[in-house]
Amino acid sequence: MSHPLHAVITQTEQVILGKPRQIRLALTCLLARGHLLIEDLPGVGKTMLAHALARTLGLQFQRIQFTSDMLPADILGVSIYQRDSGEFRFHAGPIFAQMILADEVNRATPKTQSALLEAMEEHQVTSEGETRPLPVPFFVIATQNPTNQIGTFPLPESQLDRFLMRIQLGYPDAQAERGLLAGVERRDLIAKLAPQMETAELMDLQQQVRQVFVSPALLDYVQSILRHTRESARFVHGLSPRAGLSLLAAARAWALLDGRNAVIPEDIQAVLPGVASHRLQSVQDVQTSDGDKLARELIEAVAIP
Amino acid sequence: MKLTAPLIYGLIACILLVSAPHAEHLPLWVSAICSALLAWRAYLTWSGNPLPPRWLLLVVTLACVLAIAATFRTLFGREVGVTLLILLASLKLLEMRAVRDVTVLIYLSCFVIITNFFYSQSIPTALFMLLTLLVIMATWVHMQTGDLAFRPRLRIAGILLLQAIPLSLVIFVLFPRVQGPLWGMPQDAYASSGLSDSMAPGSLSRLSLSDAVAFRVVFNGREPTREQLYWRGPVLWDFDGTSWKRGRNATLQRPVLTDATAPVDYTVTLEPHNKPWLFVLDMPAKISIPADLAPDFQVLNRTPVNARTRYSATSLLSYRANLGEPPQQLQRALALPQGYNPQARKLAAEWRTRSDSDMALVQTALGYFNRNGFEYTLEPPLLGTNSVDDFIFTTKKGFCEHYAGSFVFLMRAAGLPARVVTGYQGGEYNDLGGYYILRQYDAHAWAEVWLRDRGWVRIDPTAAIAPARIQSGLNAALPDNATLPFLARTQSPLLLKLRFNLDALTNQWNQWVLGYNTERQFAFLTRLGMEDITWKKLAVDMLSGVALLVGIFTLLMLRRLSVRQADAVQALWLKACRKLEKAGLPRAPHEGATDYAARIAAARPELTEEIYDLAARYASLRYGGEAEKDGLAAFRNAVRAFKL
Repeated sequence: MSHPLHAVITQTEQVILGKPRQIRLALTCLLARGHLLIEDLPGVGKTMLAHALARTLGLQFQRIQFTSDMLPADILGVSIYQRDSGEFRFHAGPIFAQMILADEVNRATPKTQSALLEAMEEHQVTSEGETRPLPVPFFVIATQNPTNQIGTFPLPESQLDRFLMRIQLGYPDAQAERGLLAGVERRDLIAKLAPQMETAELMDLQQQVRQVFVSPALLDYVQSILRHTRESARFVHGLSPRAGLSLLAAARAWALLDGRNAVIPEDIQAVLPGVASHRLQSVQDVQTSDGDKLARELIEAVAIP
Repeated sequence: MKLTAPLIYGLIACILLVSAPHAEHLPLWVSAICSALLAWRAYLTWSGNPLPPRWLLLVVTLACVLAIAATFRTLFGREVGVTLLILLASLKLLEMRAVRDVTVLIYLSCFVIITNFFYSQSIPTALFMLLTLLVIMATWVHMQTGDLAFRPRLRIAGILLLQAIPLSLVIFVLFPRVQGPLWGMPQDAYASSGLSDSMAPGSLSRLSLSDAVAFRVVFNGREPTREQLYWRGPVLWDFDGTSWKRGRNATLQRPVLTDATAPVDYTVTLEPHNKPWLFVLDMPAKISIPADLAPDFQVLNRTPVNARTRYSATSLLSYRANLGEPPQQLQRALALPQGYNPQARKLAAEWRTRSDSDMALVQTALGYFNRNGFEYTLEPPLLGTNSVDDFIFTTKKGFCEHYAGSFVFLMRAAGLPARVVTGYQGGEYNDLGGYYILRQYDAHAWAEVWLRDRGWVRIDPTAAIAPARIQSGLNAALPDNATLPFLARTQSPLLLKLRFNLDALTNQWNQWVLGYNTERQFAFLTRLGMEDITWKKLAVDMLSGVALLVGIFTLLMLRRLSVRQADAVQALWLKACRKLEKAGLPRAPHEGATDYAARIAAARPELTEEIYDLAARYASLRYGGEAEKDGLAAFRNAVRAFKL
């Protein structure tokens, strides 16, 4: 395994206990230049994960708490009249950071949500006729409360599609929880974390992800999966071509994390629940469809060619 | 599978398409009821109302069967069978409750397709039925697949039909044929028109309104001139005052040709006309199928021609026909009914005294027709009891049967043995197919007189009035405003070419598809190198051909399914997996190599190293970027060495 990443994972695992898989998926998402959506109950460690990753990777970190009265300018920034110089000066909003934690993104109005999502897609911000690039790398971890809670504006499917992955953290297991309860204050731990990687190194890794080899046999497998979602009567919609590209990108990053330079079917299977769960909807009960369960069914339904 | 509205509409379309051609000959009320039933079913589907109750259907069905029995006075036979089938199929649509009923209707539609060929075997019918079959197949596919869209459904149906082509070809070529028409039943009465065994004023001019094909001819070698194309049909001897009839030959003696020269070989494909006569050029010498030569040179088939029949014949164009005609026959050739046509008899007697020879008498008669303002027309005025008198002295307008009839009457009245010959004259040459088409409007009547030193000599009085009829055909001989069948009129070259093309196509269809009978089959297969053909051998060959084709198709499909398995690396990996499967550790289809290896390692720790090695080799060979040089060979050895 490439050592800097190894160190990143180890260090993060010390803070976020019992969630190695989620940590790896989050890192995969970052390496694949995608954005991450975490959907879970409050208090399971969403913020901790984002914070720990930012510290470990040595990235600038900004947290934006979304509320229902928030305006796009609160995120992007505003131009303010300077009395002494007699001109307008742009005051950059919190989005101008390398790693953003967009907390409870579904509490904001759709207008504000789309301002964030557009910035995520374009990697730049246009405000008052001027376009300003966002820092590089730019990585958003958005958290979302389960949609059945009061006072939420659920993200529409088209915007969900902008997130490379959606993961759930879930409650820690008994052993991890014991460690959590017995250990020191997490916040202090995070404050002590030392960066394990230079930004340039991270960007180099992102570049390496693109070089990971994908064989025709593996493309066949990806296509079988896509075809199955489109032909099966189980799903409302099949996976889009963008979903297919995302799947490959994530699988490449996962393979790199595993220290390989070629993707194998297991990589696809590992990232598929993250990549596909928010893009798939069961025909049978739209309300309570469990994306993870659907993705697992999907894996089991498609033979590896 | 549910009985969805689109499926029901598909079934309605199937029944509608298969029964539409039958509307032509079904009783009107049956067509009306069927349309009403289909419309009712469509309305019920559209509105979502429930189907009618069983008792109502029962009543309607019984009423229909009774009505059919009353109309046809029987419940057996082809017509009744087809009518019942169509009515019951329409009724079945109203009692569809399960998938089983859909299947029944689909099969029923296929069966009704076949019944259409009882009535017409033309190319358009075949094409229409092919289209119908496509719709039926698409409906069937719909039933099987459920919610597939229309286009892919049609595509699957089309592919299925295309795949059936080789099979049908094998079966078509090799299926043992029975003698007789494929689609005919023995009691079939063809309504087709043709020359009958009697001739009255108006019978041929009526026939000339039809452009139905009578027969087609290919000449092998020399072609006669148009003026020599007299296709001999029924010879009429007996006159009763109004009509000419064949009568009964007084002898069974074969006629004799002497000094016969100028042979012509040709092959005729005769359309069924339900009469025994075969048409040959004057005078026939040889014919390829078993047929009788009557004493008056008529060629008669042993049975009525109720299937398309092909025969080759040789005729001699220059001859002396039956110099030794027996006296009883000559007596018949002079007989006239007493009391009719006194003026014509008087005229004939006068000619007799003026002429010094028989030939001069004939010339006098022809000259009389030529000079006295006779007119050739399709619409002659009606004639009275003394039809010959009326024609010769009053109306002077007639078609070939008028001229031939009155000429023979005059000759007999003047004491010269004569008879009427009916048949076809001329024909239209199709230079695309290289054959002549004879249509009903080419029907003609002419005369023959018996001269002591020359035997029977053909005299065509029509040629004296309208020589164009003989030289160029009916159209040239009639005024422009005459009501002629469309095809008999002069047409633009483009239309003519199109028509010839179509007819050439029809001819090929007749010769090779409909006319593919036992002889053709044997000839064709012999040319392919098959020897000692028996029907048993044919059946065996057909079955093995079908089996072979099905086998080839199966192989092709399997190959497509397993095209990935041809991958050598994968084949080796699957081999290793099979070894493990035998040991009770099967790989799930979706299980990747590394995951599988981990599971095996957990279950059988002693295999850990080996299985991880195999999985790694497999992953790098199949999914890895750089191809290792001896990777495949090493992997093969590793798989071989892998033992449990």
